[in-house]
Amino acid sequence: MGKTLSEKILSEKSGSDARAGDIVIAQVDLAFVQDTTGPLTIRQFKEIKHGRIANPQQTAIFLDHAIPSPNRQLSNDHKFLRRFAEDTGCLIFEGGSGICHQLVAEMFANPGDIIVGADSHTVTAGGLGAFATGMGSSDIAVVFALGKTWFRVPETFKISISGRFRKWVGAKDLVLHLISVLGADGATYKALEFNGNTVANMTISQRLTVANMAVEAGAKVGIFPSDNVTLRYLAAQRRGNKYRPLRPDDDANYERAIIIDASEIEPMVAMPHTVDNVAPVNMLAGTKIDQVFIGTCTNGRLEDLAIAATILKKKKCHPSVRLIIAPASQQVLTKAMRIGYIQVLAAAGAMILPPGCAACLGLHQGVLGDNEACLSTANRNFKGRMGNPEASIYLASPATAAASALTGEITDPRKVS
Amino acid sequence: MLKGRAFKFGDNISTDHIIPGKYAHLRSDLPELAKHVMEDADPTFANKVKPGDFIIAGKNFGLGSSREHAALVIKIAGVSAILVKSVARIFFRNAINQGLPVLICDTNKIDAGDEIEVNLATGVVTDLTNRGQLTFGKIPKVMLDILDEGGLVPYITKHGNFEL
Repeated sequence: MGKTLSEKILSEKSGSDARAGDIVIAQVDLAFVQDTTGPLTIRQFKEIKHGRIANPQQTAIFLDHAIPSPNRQLSNDHKFLRRFAEDTGCLIFEGGSGICHQLVAEMFANPGDIIVGADSHTVTAGGLGAFATGMGSSDIAVVFALGKTWFRVPETFKISISGRFRKWVGAKDLVLHLISVLGADGATYKALEFNGNTVANMTISQRLTVANMAVEAGAKVGIFPSDNVTLRYLAAQRRGNKYRPLRPDDDANYERAIIIDASEIEPMVAMPHTVDNVAPVNMLAGTKIDQVFIGTCTNGRLEDLAIAATILKKKKCHPSVRLIIAPASQQVLTKAMRIGYIQVLAAAGAMILPPGCAACLGLHQGVLGDNEACLSTANRNFKGRMGNPEASIYLASPATAAASALTGEITDPRKVS
Repeated sequence: MLKGRAFKFGDNISTDHIIPGKYAHLRSDLPELAKHVMEDADPTFANKVKPGDFIIAGKNFGLGSSREHAALVIKIAGVSAILVKSVARIFFRNAINQGLPVLICDTNKIDAGDEIEVNLATGVVTDLTNRGQLTFGKIPKVMLDILDEGGLVPYITKHGNFEL
C-alpha cells in the first residue's frame, strides 16, 4: 500500500514506516513562536531541566501580533523575547518584518519539512509541501529543547479540484466553500491533501491561502504536492536548491475523497460567528459594513493587494467605510510600493498598517465598536475575535473586500468591475 | 475521583470565548488573565466557578487559536475536567499538557448545575443529580502518560525524552 504526503514525510522524519493512526516521534525542521505565545513557551522551556536549545538556527521568534506594541505589558513581553534570543542564539524577527506564517513561507518552509509553531495557522506552510501544524506553548517548548516531538499520523482526506475559476473568484472562495462542505470540525485530526489540475495551476500565494484555513475545518495539516510551481517560488526566494518534487503514491489510502469543480464556485462569504457559516456573496448583497480589513496570513500577500488595487484604482472608498490594509511582510510591502499598489490603495482612502497581524485578533489597530460589522480577508470570525463580542465579522476574498469597500455594503466583485 | 458541579456550554466554544485575544497583554500575569475565563461565553462564570467544578460542552470545544492560555486559565479557575462531545486538536494537546483532563462523552445527559463525579481510572462519569452513568472514550497512551505526570513539562523533566 502506498503513502499519502503526510505518511511519506512522517516516515522520513521518524525513521519508521508511518501509517495513519500510528504515533511517531519525528525530527522537526523549524519550531517557532510569536509574541503572544512566546513568553509562555519560554517559561515552560525554562521549567524543563535541560537549559539548551537543541537547534538554535531552526528555532525562531516572530514579533507580529502586537506591533508596534500598544501597551507596556506587551512591550515587556517583547523585551523578554529579545533577551531570550540574545541568550540562546535562536532567531528573532523584529516587529515590522511580517506575519510569522508569511516569513516562514518566504524564508524557511521547504517541501518535505516538518514545521511546528505556537500558532494555529502554522498549517499555512503546507502550501509549499511541508507537514506544518500548530501546537501550544508546552509542546513547542519541548521541541525547542529536544528538536523533536510526537505526532499521531493523520488519516487523509483527498481534495481533488478541477476546472477554471470564474473571474474574481479564487483561493479564498474555494477554501470557504470547502469548509462549508466539511464543517468547522469535519476534518478534526485529519490531513487535507490537495490535487487536481486546478491545484497544478494555483500559485504558491493561492496555495498558502487554502492551506492556511485547513485548521478552520479542524485539520492537522493542509498539504499540497511539490511541483514546478513550488520550484519557481523557491528559486525566486533564493532557495531553489531546497526544492524536491513530492507527491503522494498513486495507491495511497484515503479516508475520504472530495471532488470540487472550481468553475462552479461563486464568490463566498463566511457569516458570523463560525467559519463554516458560508453563503454565496449574492445572498448577502446589501449587508451594511463599517470596516473592511485586507491583510493577514490568509490574504495579505502581493497577489491579494494587486486584486484590491485593481478594483480600487482611481476610485474612493465609500465614506461610511474604514478600509484597513496590512501587508503580510516587509517583502510584500516593498514590492507593493515598487509596483504602485500601496499608492493606489492609499489614494482610495485606505489606512496602511505595518506588516503584521494588525486587526485580525482584536488586540489593536481596528477593534470594532458595538454592533459594527467588518468584512475581513482573515480566517476567523468567532464572536469577540476582533476585540468586541457585540460586533460581527464576515470573511471573504480580497476582491469581495475591495468591492465592498467601494459601496459600503457586501458586494459581489463582479458588479463593480 | 473528581467531584463538582456542571457548568454547561454549547457547541463550538472557541479559544476567543475562553480567553479572547484582546487580553494578550495579560498573558504574563496569569492570575489577572484568569479573571476573564470564559468571559465571551458566560461573563458570570469566573465568579461562580469553584475548585473541582466541571465544564460540560458540546462538539468541537476549544477550536481556534493555539494559545495554551485557554487551557491554563480553565485550570487556574479550578476546573477539574472538561467533558465534551468532541474537542479541537490543539486545545486537546494543550489541556493534557497542562494536566487538565478532557473527556469525550455524551454530554446531553448532563444538565447545568448537576453534581458530577468522574472516575479517571474506570472511565465512568456519574451524574449524582439524575443518577445517570456515562462512560468516556479512551485517551491515547502517550497522553495518559503525560496526564499521569501532571503535564508535559513535568513528564519531560522526569523522563528526559518521549517514551512510546
